[in-house]
Amino acid sequence: MGNLVEIRDLKVGATTDAGRRVDIIKGVSFDIAPGEIVALIGESGSGKTTIALTLMGYARMGCAIQGGSVRVGGRDMTQLSEKERAAVRGTEVAYVPQSAAAAFNPAMRIIDQVVEVSRIHGLMPDAQARARAVELFRALSLPNPDTIGDRYPHQVSGGQLQRLSAAMALIGDPKLVIFDEPTTALDVTTQIEVLRAFKAVMKERRIAGVYVSHDLAVVAQIADRIVVLRGGEVQEIGATADILSAPAHPYTRELLAAFRPSVDAQAAPAPAAVAQPVLELRDVVAGYGALKSDGAPTITIVKAVSLSLEAGRNLGVIGESGCGKSTLARAIAGILPPSSGDILFEGKSLPRAAKDRTREQLRQIQIVFQSADTALNPAKSIAEILGRPLAFYHGLKGREAQARIDRLLDMVRLPRALQERRPPELSGGQKQRVNLARALAADPRIILCDEITSALDTVVAAAIIDLLKELQRELGLCYVFISHDLPTVQAICDEIAVMYAGEKIEQMPRSRVGARDHHAYTKLLFASVPKLDPQWLDSLERNPELVAALARR
Amino acid sequence: MNSFVWSLVGGRVLVAVFTLLVVSFTVFCATAILPGDVAEVLLGQAATPEAVAGLRAAMHLNDPALLRFVRWLAGLASGDLGKSYANNMQVAQLIGPRLLNSLKLAGITTLFSVPIALALGIAAAILRGSVFDRALTFLTIAVISVPEFMVATTAVLLFAVHLKWLPALSFAREATSFWDLLRIYAMPVITLAFVISAQMIRMTRAAMIETLDTPYVEMARLKGASPTRIVLRHALPNALGPIVNAVALSLSYLLGGVIIVETIFNYPGIAKLMVDAVSTRDLPLIQSCAMIFCLVYLLLITVADVIAILSNPRLRR
Repeated sequence: MGNLVEIRDLKVGATTDAGRRVDIIKGVSFDIAPGEIVALIGESGSGKTTIALTLMGYARMGCAIQGGSVRVGGRDMTQLSEKERAAVRGTEVAYVPQSAAAAFNPAMRIIDQVVEVSRIHGLMPDAQARARAVELFRALSLPNPDTIGDRYPHQVSGGQLQRLSAAMALIGDPKLVIFDEPTTALDVTTQIEVLRAFKAVMKERRIAGVYVSHDLAVVAQIADRIVVLRGGEVQEIGATADILSAPAHPYTRELLAAFRPSVDAQAAPAPAAVAQPVLELRDVVAGYGALKSDGAPTITIVKAVSLSLEAGRNLGVIGESGCGKSTLARAIAGILPPSSGDILFEGKSLPRAAKDRTREQLRQIQIVFQSADTALNPAKSIAEILGRPLAFYHGLKGREAQARIDRLLDMVRLPRALQERRPPELSGGQKQRVNLARALAADPRIILCDEITSALDTVVAAAIIDLLKELQRELGLCYVFISHDLPTVQAICDEIAVMYAGEKIEQMPRSRVGARDHHAYTKLLFASVPKLDPQWLDSLERNPELVAALARR
Repeated sequence: MNSFVWSLVGGRVLVAVFTLLVVSFTVFCATAILPGDVAEVLLGQAATPEAVAGLRAAMHLNDPALLRFVRWLAGLASGDLGKSYANNMQVAQLIGPRLLNSLKLAGITTLFSVPIALALGIAAAILRGSVFDRALTFLTIAVISVPEFMVATTAVLLFAVHLKWLPALSFAREATSFWDLLRIYAMPVITLAFVISAQMIRMTRAAMIETLDTPYVEMARLKGASPTRIVLRHALPNALGPIVNAVALSLSYLLGGVIIVETIFNYPGIAKLMVDAVSTRDLPLIQSCAMIFCLVYLLLITVADVIAILSNPRLRR
């Protein structure tokens, strides 16, 4: 039996707005057998999505397939006319998008979008298509399969939408399905259900798949073979087990190493017997909307959270989207003044709102936001961005400020020459370093890190974590590290607090992670973190009732 | 459809009514503080102190301003627009036929320009970056920059004076055949269409480009949908809100903002009536015209907002 897909020497190029031509894919070749799932793995910009889309003869705005061949079922997609390609899309090759929430038309009912594939290609009568859609909803273990399609996209959860988008891909009975990072936007507890549903349907129907991801552990659960990509070139191709156990290429090894940031071997110095907490929170309540008569906000996000952070130690706050962890950071920083509760810095109470705090109080607690893209003013040079807090907190100008900017850039391991550039000219990792340098410019005691590695590739994120550790050793900082990713938090934090639905449900030292007496939700959360072991997903046992009650899908 | 949507729509209508009230007060104040005494102006040469005092009493001009405002508002509400100072006719009678003429011109312009503008805007969005798109962008900006009296005068010079194809003046009642009607309306309609289309084209293009760039449009393409289907089923319904708003804003211009066009073509519409009323200090007529302009404007904007609310399924929980 021949291969379903044969990609030979594929080249894709892009033309930038300035008219410059850039090669994105530089001669990639690989095959996919019928019924086989192949993962394309690499960091952002490695060209994995671009390659996947060429299987449908599609290149995004500004890109064009410039050479090579992409044979799907014997036909070269690069040679087809646009009309012939449209006929293949949805019937032979189907696509499951990265963010189903964005890929569903908000103005149409879900069922209409699912059966639209059949309508476009005239595959079957409408009633039959609807019946088939419901059958697929059931196979993907969606709740209320008979009626869920009558809803609009905003009325179902992210995890459900992702499975609904798989139903949309499968309804045309394709031979090949492209999964474009389909679980990246999901919480870990939700991700498992989605992965299981995908895996079961693909195996049962013997459909071949291309699974695009940056997450090796997720790929390990679902793929038969892995293609490692970097800079538009194949680094290594091999069976999943081989790649994981015996990576041949140095880059693959780097990826595997970065996957689990090394936990500092040396234990943090034991806290002094009567250590005074640097930061203490007592029953902090924060939320949005007008205050009700009892003093609580209309929508309470953070419900009476108490925490303490001792000097020289780091506190991790972990939880899933919507649990209130970012709101907590905003409350500590005073951006969103808590409606009740106390925030104490070195034993002294801080005013709740940032505008009531003294400059000195503001300087001590700095916040680094998740997305450096939006946190840095794109119109200002790096030197201006860093110069602003220097002037504000320390009154530094001219040569003094310049010297300090140079030192700050050294601290975050950025070349000094970068300071004349603007944020859009930097890479994601470089921007996050500038973002960090801006917080360091204030010379703070505490830095609140709000999901600062979430938008970064694993290798880059691991480098940022290492940098944070080094800075801590040099400057004696404390971090409040907010993340949804347990391994990252474990890598840097001494204490870990778990948040669920606005409450801190548990706090433990790092050494006690995985203990037997955790709160039920903590256990579920920790157990849901994917492991590199390909058997992990199949052997994972979950109590469905507990999952339904705790994981808010 | 549920109570939440209706409360939103009801809220919009309430806001419109309130705005209308505020505008009526402003219009009344603005006309009340105009310099000069109405009685003196009306009496002209015969303005003896006694006659002026008598007329002032007869016209209730000595009453407090607030009382006059309330009386005027009550009159408006009951359909009594008052009497014209200039020729003592009922204002409603003066305005009636003029309003009809203006609505006719506005209606024809709407029917002519809205479909063309939307089609051009959508086409430009689909063919973004092409020669067609660039030419259209250039032309719309050029049209926005050229004042309408320039367009109108040039049109008269070209089509009426040099080519002698069309009449320079537009008296609608002289039309005896459909062909005549076409000839009479051609120039004012084309001039107005130029003015209002540019804005609609640009807004439609921008709104369409935004939706064409969304992941769900890419998804539709990857489902094998044809370009027509992508535009009509996926992009357009989601761009409807901003497009309808741009159309409403442009159309509102057709009633209040056509003074120049009506004057140049000597078209007997309501805007020209208002200009004439200003030169004769005919306050009830000015007030009524201003209120009608405001009413139409609010009507269009409110309808656009209601359409935007109803076309958003996120609000139909």
